[in-house]
Amino acid sequence: MDILYFAWVREQIGTGHEAIDPPADVTDVRGLIAWLATRSAAHESALRETARLRAAVDQKFVELDAPLGKPREVAIFPPVTGG
Amino acid sequence: MIEVRLQAEPFDAGAELVRLDKLGGGGVASFTGIVRGDGGLTELLLEHHPEMTLAMMRALALEAAERWGLLGVTIIHRYGALGPGAPIVFAATAATHRAAALDACASLIDRLKTQAPFWKRETFADGRQSWVEPRASDDAAAARWLRDGK
Repeated sequence: MDILYFAWVREQIGTGHEAIDPPADVTDVRGLIAWLATRSAAHESALRETARLRAAVDQKFVELDAPLGKPREVAIFPPVTGG
Repeated sequence: MIEVRLQAEPFDAGAELVRLDKLGGGGVASFTGIVRGDGGLTELLLEHHPEMTLAMMRALALEAAERWGLLGVTIIHRYGALGPGAPIVFAATAATHRAAALDACASLIDRLKTQAPFWKRETFADGRQSWVEPRASDDAAAARWLRDGK
């Protein structure tokens, strides 16, 4: 599974992309974020406040409580600020 | 005519408008967003998702074209490092009558702000950097274009 990070999440974690294989008990996006947070101190710091995070599964915006399924890509990022 | 571009390079708003002028409609409306130099800002960095951002821009353009019966719609959004005064985003619409052109253009820029995956990082003259936080007023502006509470 490809994990993409953007903006300050990417800066704090120190990379914009990781290829990972989460355990079977990770079933929703919130659970995935909690599992990713255990990978390093930088992950923990960047992913601690889930209220500041948004996500897209296979390039569709989802709520953090959305089921994960078997996606190719999950993106984790702060709320968008385009325009 | 639907034209959607995501690019690092500057754009020529005048040339884009001429193209919409020629579609045979009664009105063309446009909005150009420009980087402000508030607070000693020296650089605005625009980050985007390599695939999702363009797809979302296309979806917004198609939705607006259908909802307002547009003859043409153009959206251009830049990414990368931009300085104060640099054009950052362009949205323009051509329609038979002015209300459709104006409303569609306003909706496009409001929805680009809250629904297209872009993130902005500001750098200031003293070296400070910060990521722009979304504003509740932007969400409210985008929400007024949603129909039926959807």
